[in-house]
Amino acid sequence: MNVSVGHAESVRPLSIVLIGNPNTGKTTLFNALTGLRHRVGNYPGVTVETKTARARFGSRPIDVTDVPGTYSLSPRSPDEMLAVDLLLGNRSEIPKPDAVVCIVDASNIERNLYLTTQILELGLPVVLALNMTDVAESQDIQVDARQLSQSLGIPVIRVQANAKKGVSELISAVEQAASSDSTAHSPEFPTPFRDAVEQLARSLGHSHDAAIPPYLLMRALLDAGGASEARLIERFGSSVSAQLRELRDRLGKEGCPIPAVEPRIRYRWISEHVRPAVRRPIERKQTSTDRIDRILLHRVWGIIVFLLLMTIIFQSIYTFADYVMSPIDAGFGALGEWVEHQLPEGPVRSLLVNGIIAGVGNVLIFLPQILILFGFLAILEDCGYMARAAFLMDKVMAGCGLSGKSFVPLLSSFACAVPGIMSARTIENRRDRIATVLIAPLMSCSARLPVYVLLIGAFVPATPILGPFTYQGLVLVSLYCLGLVIAPLVAWTLKNTLLRGEKPVFIMELPGYKWPSIETVIWRMLERGWSFVQRAGTLILATTIVIWALQYYPRSPEIEAHYDKEFAELEARGKSNGISVEDLDAQRIEIEHRMEAAYQKQSFLGRLGKFVEPAVKPLGWDWRIGMAAIASFPAREVVVSALGTIYSVGHDVDDSDEDGSFTRLQNALRAARWPDGRVVFNLPVALSILVFFALCSQCAATLVVIRKELNSSKWAAFTFVYMTTLAYLGAFITYQVGSWWISRGV
Amino acid sequence: MITLDRLIPGQKGSIQSISAPPAILQRLLEMGLLEGEEVEVVALAPFGDPIDLRIHGFQLSIRKSEASTIQVLLAGESS
Repeated sequence: MNVSVGHAESVRPLSIVLIGNPNTGKTTLFNALTGLRHRVGNYPGVTVETKTARARFGSRPIDVTDVPGTYSLSPRSPDEMLAVDLLLGNRSEIPKPDAVVCIVDASNIERNLYLTTQILELGLPVVLALNMTDVAESQDIQVDARQLSQSLGIPVIRVQANAKKGVSELISAVEQAASSDSTAHSPEFPTPFRDAVEQLARSLGHSHDAAIPPYLLMRALLDAGGASEARLIERFGSSVSAQLRELRDRLGKEGCPIPAVEPRIRYRWISEHVRPAVRRPIERKQTSTDRIDRILLHRVWGIIVFLLLMTIIFQSIYTFADYVMSPIDAGFGALGEWVEHQLPEGPVRSLLVNGIIAGVGNVLIFLPQILILFGFLAILEDCGYMARAAFLMDKVMAGCGLSGKSFVPLLSSFACAVPGIMSARTIENRRDRIATVLIAPLMSCSARLPVYVLLIGAFVPATPILGPFTYQGLVLVSLYCLGLVIAPLVAWTLKNTLLRGEKPVFIMELPGYKWPSIETVIWRMLERGWSFVQRAGTLILATTIVIWALQYYPRSPEIEAHYDKEFAELEARGKSNGISVEDLDAQRIEIEHRMEAAYQKQSFLGRLGKFVEPAVKPLGWDWRIGMAAIASFPAREVVVSALGTIYSVGHDVDDSDEDGSFTRLQNALRAARWPDGRVVFNLPVALSILVFFALCSQCAATLVVIRKELNSSKWAAFTFVYMTTLAYLGAFITYQVGSWWISRGV
Repeated sequence: MITLDRLIPGQKGSIQSISAPPAILQRLLEMGLLEGEEVEVVALAPFGDPIDLRIHGFQLSIRKSEASTIQVLLAGESS
């Protein structure tokens, strides 16, 4: 018999929360505490995610919850409220914390302690993790941990998160603090303020049974229009709002102006209590950050370095990622072919090849770009440059109501919207982030290029306009610009309608530069890559399989019988007339392609194409184009092979014809006719398809990632609807104007 | 006295008052932009906005629209 199992269960894990300002090494400390394994759970908020993992130190299990970095605990958004609720034990998924670890940057201790003094008010045991003392010392700032601990009345542990120093000391301090009463000192608010909180508590207490934590009442008074006020209104009705306004007015007259009273009291208290523990030079020492910023924030050099860095990143995800993506693509292609040879013709083989293998390929193909982009971003983030990039580009983005932080996600989306959308997590403002995510897929990503190349090559004349520039080049550039012009308009419209709200404040710290930690960089790359595969993978795969099924079924026996007969006739002719083996093969392939096209025509998707033909006719499209557009829902570039199949040239569409000027698919498209004999594809039709694909959201991965990142199916559906509408209108205008232009010219 | 957005890089001043709307005022105060604190303009972004400040040993960037609500007394100037 084993009794240790029962024993282990009886020990409830200690629950601690790790909180601190941004750029204090909080995530590094979290990783040092928990390692990479033992992940307990992720709790997605509205736009941020709270992570909990089990610490690998300590005499009993400890669950550490990492709260997104914040400068204060005065919640204005649901996301900031999440941190408060977590600390107050209001979240059902995480038990009320037994202790809080507050990590602070020793080189900037006063501002860091602002958040700490707010946490001290919650009555929880707090341990201060004093990080970055090396940075402080390099600026001749000395922090005496023992003295600080005495002043604040809480344990202060020196840590060096990036070197994993002080971690076990921190854990034992936490274990000790959790089991003893808090001895913390904290700032005292003036009597009128305390009276007002008291009065609020009394008046609300009468109308409700459950007590409201005093901290929330205090916040409701201090943060006019904030999340705590909203919480009270939700519980007690809108009369609370008037009461709060009244109390605030009274406090203003009694020498406690809201909101200034809080920062004044806290900073005064901090400066009094920190002074005995901190020694700093009278004259501030020049730092390496000052010297680097003289170049990187320079009006000319700063922009040059910025453009250089962005070019390198963009080139890497656009071009270099291709070196990895092509083998992945080819590998899955080869695997598909191999399976095709191993299995007999039929639904199982088709599902495996065109559904599952293609679907897994559709997921993995994004990994190189995700890993490369997040590698670069992690380096820039970790060394402190990302905030500078946002600083340099803010003015450019402010025009459409966004901030500098939207620049990198949107730039990345020119390579691929999936990593671009994932990188929008760094935008703290919820509405800015949603707007950025929603317009990111309008950037012309690399997956649109095959569509552009196919149609421009086949239908746009290579006539020179000026020097080396041709009409083909002009069309390509225009397609890229189309997204660039439409996206700001969409962003501006969203920010003035659906995402209207209080103008976000752009207050951003520019942290000191430091060498990026390789461990952090690699960790973040793997985390993002894995989270994409795990969270988006299944849905992308499922979409690919659904589209496959719609394209494969139903299989009519008549078609099979018809083509079986053709094959038999061909064999018979081959035997009697002595046709060469090559000719026989070629004819067999030709029949196979026609058979595939016949199956497609009566598949669910083909019927859907026929069904939507009246709707796509104003765009100049026949049902085949409509069907190919629907078939490309999993990924835009699929339209190329979908057209190949439906126009009976097979899905190997890169083969050139005899003189090599067009591919076989391009020739097939040029030869396509309406039933009345008119050509299907002319220039306006080609342009209309191009505009459609520049603006549409035919990319399941993008929609899935939007859904996951914004934690909302509604926004994903919205993206699909608005982009499809834009694409349809754009294609409609292009075709109609183009046709009118041509008819006028003739 | 002038507003903070009119300082050029390298100039310092001490904060006299801030007249921003409450929500923005609160954020600015929380970051330590209190009356009496010395603030230095480190750099302007290439397109003139936002501006990079140094306050209490760290760098903070805010837009000119916010900076224009902050009254400062230039260093060396007396009230």
